[in-house]
Amino acid sequence: MQTQFGSAVFPRLLRRSLSYIPSILYSLHSLLNLFHFFRFLSNSSPQSQKHKEMASPFLSNTIISFSSSLSSSSSLPRLAPSIPFSAIRSKSTPRRILTVRSKIREIFMPALSSTMTEGKIVSWVKSEGDVLSKGESVVVVESDKADMDVETFYDGILAAIVVGEGETAPVGAAIGILAETEDEIAEAKAKAASKSGASTPSAPPPAPTPAAASTPAPPKSTPAPAAPTVAEGPRKTVATPYAKKLAKQHKVDIESVVGTGPYGRITPEDIEAAAGLSPSKKNVGLAVVVETKPAAPAKAPAASAAPSSLPPPVPGSTVVPFTTMQSAVSKNMVESLSVPTFRVGYPVTTDALDALYEKVKPKGVTMTALLAKAAAMALAQHPVVNSSCKDGKSFTYNSNINIAVAVAINGGLITPVLQDADKLDLYLLSQKWKELVEKARAKQLQPQEYNSGTFTLSNLGMFGVDRFDAILPPGQGAIMAVGASKPTVVADADGFFSVKNKMLVNVTADHRIIYGADLAAFLQTFSKIVENAESLTL
Amino acid sequence: MHSTLSFSRATTVPTTNYAFHSQSPINLRFCGLRREAFGISILTRSSSGRVRLSTRGRSKRISASTGNNGTPPKSFDYDLIIIGAGVGGHGAALHAVEKGLKTAIIEGDVVGGTCVNRGCVPSKALLAVSGRMRELQSEHHMKALGLQVSAAGYDRQGVAGHANNLASKIRSNLTNSMKALGVDILTGFGTIVGPQKVKYGKVGFTDNIVTAKDIIIATGSVPFVPKGIEVDGKTVITSDHALKLEFVPDWIAIVGSGYIGLEFSDVYTALGSEVTFIEALDQLMPGFDPEISKLAQRVLINPRKIDYHTGVFATKITPARDGKPVIIELTDAKTKEHKDTLEVDAALIATGRAPFTNGLGLENINVVTQRGFVPVDERMRVIDANGNLVPHLYCIGDANGKMMLAHAASAQGISVVEQVTGRDHVLNHLSVPAACFTHPEISMVGLTEPQAREKAEKEGFEISVAKTSFKANTKAQAENEGEGLAKLIYRPDNGEILGVHIFGLHAADLIHEASNAIALGTRIQDIKFAVHAHPTLSEVLDELFKSAKVSFGSFLHCSQELLNFYLIRFCDYALTRHKLLLGLES
Repeated sequence: MQTQFGSAVFPRLLRRSLSYIPSILYSLHSLLNLFHFFRFLSNSSPQSQKHKEMASPFLSNTIISFSSSLSSSSSLPRLAPSIPFSAIRSKSTPRRILTVRSKIREIFMPALSSTMTEGKIVSWVKSEGDVLSKGESVVVVESDKADMDVETFYDGILAAIVVGEGETAPVGAAIGILAETEDEIAEAKAKAASKSGASTPSAPPPAPTPAAASTPAPPKSTPAPAAPTVAEGPRKTVATPYAKKLAKQHKVDIESVVGTGPYGRITPEDIEAAAGLSPSKKNVGLAVVVETKPAAPAKAPAASAAPSSLPPPVPGSTVVPFTTMQSAVSKNMVESLSVPTFRVGYPVTTDALDALYEKVKPKGVTMTALLAKAAAMALAQHPVVNSSCKDGKSFTYNSNINIAVAVAINGGLITPVLQDADKLDLYLLSQKWKELVEKARAKQLQPQEYNSGTFTLSNLGMFGVDRFDAILPPGQGAIMAVGASKPTVVADADGFFSVKNKMLVNVTADHRIIYGADLAAFLQTFSKIVENAESLTL
Repeated sequence: MHSTLSFSRATTVPTTNYAFHSQSPINLRFCGLRREAFGISILTRSSSGRVRLSTRGRSKRISASTGNNGTPPKSFDYDLIIIGAGVGGHGAALHAVEKGLKTAIIEGDVVGGTCVNRGCVPSKALLAVSGRMRELQSEHHMKALGLQVSAAGYDRQGVAGHANNLASKIRSNLTNSMKALGVDILTGFGTIVGPQKVKYGKVGFTDNIVTAKDIIIATGSVPFVPKGIEVDGKTVITSDHALKLEFVPDWIAIVGSGYIGLEFSDVYTALGSEVTFIEALDQLMPGFDPEISKLAQRVLINPRKIDYHTGVFATKITPARDGKPVIIELTDAKTKEHKDTLEVDAALIATGRAPFTNGLGLENINVVTQRGFVPVDERMRVIDANGNLVPHLYCIGDANGKMMLAHAASAQGISVVEQVTGRDHVLNHLSVPAACFTHPEISMVGLTEPQAREKAEKEGFEISVAKTSFKANTKAQAENEGEGLAKLIYRPDNGEILGVHIFGLHAADLIHEASNAIALGTRIQDIKFAVHAHPTLSEVLDELFKSAKVSFGSFLHCSQELLNFYLIRFCDYALTRHKLLLGLES
């Protein structure tokens, strides 16, 4: 983050010269600390006297000033926590440092007593955007002894509040950002964001493909794994009080979160998911509490199969709780056990497909799009494979053929859906797919873009996997697991050997509605389509 | 039930004048007055009363007293009949028996009234649970003490059972205590049919008519539900339903942020609910001293799963039905414009309480209620439509609306019994403490700072404020509960205590030192020499009184009499102090 910032602001030459600055600043820093120390003495001696006088702990509303530092907008803020800009300029720093353009000061948590190590922000007297003049009270801080108004040393604009009301910060930590002019507010805000950025964890590296293709996406039960934008419609956002608090704390735009709670409201879990946090322990504790809803306790023992019998963890192992997305996957996987499934495999010759792929690749068509299109076309002829069994009593024939494709993203698994894959042409489909993947990476999929699938496609071929077995996601009739296409020696009816590219596909289906013959026929059709790949472009 | 949103302290202002100089000379004067008015009742108080009660048992017609000279020839069934067996009625009945009155109490529902059955008592049971839940869930707090507790859970039925058991236990205690003392408990709804005459009976049964020399109305109150709000008892509820804890919603809106609302927010958030407050005034907790409510908001609201809408009325609340959540329409309190619509799982209506005075037969004696409240003077004597006192009729507790607190009702009842037994008594409402049992608790007695400033301005005296923090208290620190503040509002010129407000651990138990001081007229310069055990929370008040600065110089302006009085007192302290010093030296 910081280096990026640096490169944006400074020409290359300057950047090199800047590398000398830390050492200069460091010596300056110690000098200035001395200066501050003296200033502190002169400023606060009446204060400390007052404290002595009031040995008994009356609450006093004393006014204390904090020193705020100036730091360049570049990558140096932490190096010089208390150097006023003017000092840098007037003393020994070379002229070129003047490229530091703006004066953005940090407001620190002041030390209000000798024993104070951290302080709690009682309230911000000023709010973001307020113009401050020197000596004005800005914030009320609660120390271990009393509440005190803290005033500013500088004129400026309170650009950003880094530590909100009710939060604590160690002495010396930045609690707010002061900008000198309005132009610098945005910059200061960016800086504030980087300070509080700890709450937005960097995305974990994409996990090695999750075992088996499975999807966390039945329409109702999955919390939004990403932060898709709010669903369309005139409906206003409803968020619970704690969700709102969390959103503020983690700087999550509540409007961009899709609620998964009752009546579509945004729950604290949604915000945690959007902020990329694991659900807080408190909620886990309270989950035990739910007792009026019979479903929860009934399911708990089943899910955690006699926890007492679990072997103790190997010493030195670490326990990492599930993220929301991972819990959703886990839940769905357990749920899938209630569906009687069976599998049918089929070898498909892909020479024609491969040839077509080479041809259309420059036009942006991906293998995923080709396979999805082929599956969709086959499904159009076998509507039963596109159906699902929701209640154990009936077939639900889906009017659209929506192909969900499992993708591993940031340690999770999501199934963006290519809607009406049979109706869209290959190029549109490819384009659509690209958009979906981008959205998924940015955690901006809308619910209908990941939970409206009627048939799932999972491809591990690119890893060289020759065959595998997928778990049927709840709410769908069938899922296709696609292996790698490999040159295989085949003998034809006349006894001639030849080498063909063969790919093994394996479909898992719900046997309550889809029978062996259905699946076999579907696979045959699929195979024919792939073998006559030109039809895909029609 | 500790339930009111606003204290009706303004109405008690005349009495405060007495309180401020409640030294004996003034009281004597009242006694004189009283004797004139109620001369006869002194005789009623004859010691034979109690014996009579136990020997004559339930015989219907007995004369109030054989030794009465000058009483009207008419004789009564009872000396005192109390309509309503809540805490107020119970307190009055017990005191009446002690004073030798033959007493009956009429109750149409269950003994104990709101407080015991639907108020203070069961809510304390829930709050006891919520306090412990809160502690167990506070990882930070537990860690600081070195404790390790795995996730705390609760069983709703068990919690509800605890509240219910407590209520029935206290109810039977109340009933037994009255029976044991010989108070007749008459079952049915009581109606006043004429002067000194009450009819009671259950629906479908013939009514009985009893007469009494004096009658106390103590019928209490019911939850007040503003119009537009549909209470279904399931998703839109009042405190009556909430105390049964039939379900713990994920998200509950609480309309009103007074005592009831605050306490329930404490319960619900501890049990895992999220809470939205709806407050008509611009600030939460409007009844409290502003500084206390600010601090309370910081501790009880902000860090919890609570948000709030202030300055709005909940003009329409529809219970959850047809797959829809509870819908609350919010209207701006000032502009009367629609402001917002909330969708929650449940709504608790805690907008205060309305007097329960319908069907009391007040029209038979020409009494007109004001918004349901029975108008009374400062001695709880009922005032009729023409502004005249109704002889032998009193009204105490929530039904008169002076101060809607259980113990205030009881104190008023005792005050009335004192009057009818020949001793004039005016209850100083400014000495009645109030408490809110959140975690930590809030308590108060006397005036808030703005009230005190207004009074000081009007009457031309100075006030000062002293504060101490729980952070400096050893016991609070040992409990790791240093969050808290005690605040004293006093007159620096004479050391009079005007108000004390406490927010912190066990504040409700701590307030009594201050309320007793106010009731007894103890001045700061006296009480600051009282010794408190160390280390206890009571030292918070000790510190508070010690930190107040009373200037004796201004005594020159006081009357000679007062000055003399204080001089004597002052010598006393000097002596005590001297003795103390000696004691220390030896």
